[in-house]
Amino acid sequence: MVEVNLWSGLRSYTGGDLVISVEASTISEMLKALVAVHPSLGPVIEAGVSVVVDGEVFAANREVPISPSNEIYLMRMLRGG
Amino acid sequence: MTVIKNLETESFKYIGTRPDRPDGVDKVTGRAKFGADAYAAGMLHGAIVRSPHAHARIIRIDASKALALDEVKAVVTRADFAKDVEGEFWNVLENVMAGERALYHGHAVAAVAATSSLVAREATALIDVEYEVLPHVTDVDEAMKPDAPVIREGQASYSVPAGLSPNVIDFYEHGHGDLDAGFAEADLVVDKRFTVEATHQGYIEPHACLAQLGSDGRGELWCCTQGHWFDQKFCAALLGIETSALKVTASEIGGGFGGKTTQFIEPVALALSRKTNRPVKLVMSRSEVFKASGPTSSASMDVKIGMTKDGRITAAQGTYRLQGGAFPGDWATMAAQCAFAPYDINHVKMTGYTVMCNRPKAAAYRAPGSPIAAFPTESVIDALCNQLDLDPMEVRLKNAAREGTKSSYGPTYPKIGLVDCLEAAKAHPHWSSPLKKGQGRGISCGFWFNFGMETSVNLMLSEDGSVQITVGTPDIGGSRASIALMAAEELGIPYENIRVNIADTASLGFNEMSHGSRVTFASGLATIEAARDAKKKLCARAAAHWAIPEEAVVWRDGCAMPAGPNAGEFDPMPIAEIAGKMGRTGGPISGHHAATPDGAGVSFAVHMVDSEVDPETGKTEIVRYTVVQDAGKAIHPAYVEGQYQGGAVQGIGWALNEEYIYDEQGCLQNDGFLDYRIPVASDLPMIDTVIVETPNPGHPYGVRGVGETSICPPLAAIANSVSSAAGVRLTQLPMSPPRILKALKERNG
Repeated sequence: MVEVNLWSGLRSYTGGDLVISVEASTISEMLKALVAVHPSLGPVIEAGVSVVVDGEVFAANREVPISPSNEIYLMRMLRGG
Repeated sequence: MTVIKNLETESFKYIGTRPDRPDGVDKVTGRAKFGADAYAAGMLHGAIVRSPHAHARIIRIDASKALALDEVKAVVTRADFAKDVEGEFWNVLENVMAGERALYHGHAVAAVAATSSLVAREATALIDVEYEVLPHVTDVDEAMKPDAPVIREGQASYSVPAGLSPNVIDFYEHGHGDLDAGFAEADLVVDKRFTVEATHQGYIEPHACLAQLGSDGRGELWCCTQGHWFDQKFCAALLGIETSALKVTASEIGGGFGGKTTQFIEPVALALSRKTNRPVKLVMSRSEVFKASGPTSSASMDVKIGMTKDGRITAAQGTYRLQGGAFPGDWATMAAQCAFAPYDINHVKMTGYTVMCNRPKAAAYRAPGSPIAAFPTESVIDALCNQLDLDPMEVRLKNAAREGTKSSYGPTYPKIGLVDCLEAAKAHPHWSSPLKKGQGRGISCGFWFNFGMETSVNLMLSEDGSVQITVGTPDIGGSRASIALMAAEELGIPYENIRVNIADTASLGFNEMSHGSRVTFASGLATIEAARDAKKKLCARAAAHWAIPEEAVVWRDGCAMPAGPNAGEFDPMPIAEIAGKMGRTGGPISGHHAATPDGAGVSFAVHMVDSEVDPETGKTEIVRYTVVQDAGKAIHPAYVEGQYQGGAVQGIGWALNEEYIYDEQGCLQNDGFLDYRIPVASDLPMIDTVIVETPNPGHPYGVRGVGETSICPPLAAIANSVSSAAGVRLTQLPMSPPRILKALKERNG
């Protein structure tokens, strides 16, 4: 199981949980698993998220391998100038 | 100008040198072709009719008088665009051509094509638009009130809690720890409200394009842009044609800074071209750029920070309200995520509200949100230092985030360079130099994320061994030079033997825009991989010639050579020799790489500013300015220094003078450079720079993006300096002379 940390504003979508454990070996699998556990997260992920794995921001690549040893955070989609 | 290297090894031959810029001669001789330089046979000129009202229902558009002119060939309105667009496509369409309502002063409502630019502009006055003027709101705090005019019902994203104004369209909240406990640990807590007015990126080149779209649904577009694959995608959607039917070529670009990451006139020019079956050129005036392209957000913010007597930050809380015009966005989220990122804080919370107002659709402006959010954070830290009699540099060092720190936005930092920047700033002569009477000194830290995203690069060998590289990222800050240097380093051939071209959308795979400080990182990384791909093929040709295994050949100093004595005794084979006979030895040689690179690495900067305030006029003079920033590895240090200086200069304008001024009717009052005061050379001291090199582990040469972080600290650093010089805390930007005089008057009672 990987532990996914959410931003605080998502508390209302998960019954108060900000750390969700799911079975996943890639970012793509992890996002699908999050929606399976908490369907209300569907619109959140559809709206665009970045995923931070061990401090590195993955804004687009969804095939990045992840494991239980990784620190994983969900963040809002980033944009730049 | 200084470079401080924290690299473990330093064995580059070309990386870190300062060769002439490849576009230099073209630009100083006028040979470079910008957006408005495109011409086509039979070309018409377009002009846009814009709303004189901040908010109005469009009752009727009568173009009969304009169309009666022989020189006028077509008029387009919203009816000439695709009907079935949704989501962000719909929002861009609604911005480039209003539907039922004009949502801001300057909103496009119709456009005309004529045989000359003069006639086209005159014809706009002949198009009769009947409006029903509606209530408007341009101030972010006013727009959040329950009785505020509602700009667009039902636009709030999933994130917005119930009970807020319909104008609040995005909400963000994050933090960790226990705020009450954190503030209870503090010896002093400072809580203040700050405001920042909207500014424009101020790029010198107005938006310009030439469009050709035939009745067969196939077309071409030439435009100044930061991302022509996005122009292709959005224009095709808005015109209802297939993406691949439109070929887009990016011109040279006279500045973008985030403001050229979306479409304003390109779909309109294409619609006019389709209707007339002739090429149409459309160039914004400066007034139109101000009124109807994308400025920054304006903001109001509350920030509260607690600190112990010895300078430890115990807790921090920020609320950020940013308006992004009459369109959806998440500008406050970006601000909130960056607000406390430079610091290691156990108890922290950020809340962001993005709000609609009757203003133009905000666009990114270098690290969107971060400079705005740094202003209150760094101002409150400065106020705490003053009241606790603490050294502001030592306080920042004490609280600085470093490897292993849990960031305010959540994740734990990998290797970062903030402490290196602060140490370099502390050691710089600027920090210990004496101030004259009436002068003040301010410092600030700044933070930006940086990112990679989709990138494609081709690298082709010519028969003489020179190299052409095609990238898909418009060169907005010197990337052609940095990409050529990275290719030179990999291939071991001179920089001058490499030409980097920006491909059109029909000549290369998809590329994300030139934004997010991504180009030197991502296109550079893809260039390195494409060069390695080519080197492998070059070694294979030499191996075949020598009749030895491919793995027994290595590439060194621009030549294939045996890997060691066991591989055989052969003279090195230069790239030109292999390229000269590549047609006979297996065909043309090229390298390619397409990927979605990540690992861009976050970036930090520290700025130091000395200023002097004239108590009689309220005018501020910046007398000394030093930028210290982590570049990871500076590929072309002169360009890196230019990015640092440019960020500081734009920050000086933002902090001191630049602002969008609206009247009571919601109309923009200062839509020109006479009344919208950007800094000019005579306003500025020499901006000193220190490049800190704390390598990014996510790049082969250690590169971090540098294009945006330099604009994160200046608003706050200048505010701290001016507050010190004036003897009163300034909490509103810009700190224009009238605002400073008002603050001085209030201080003096």
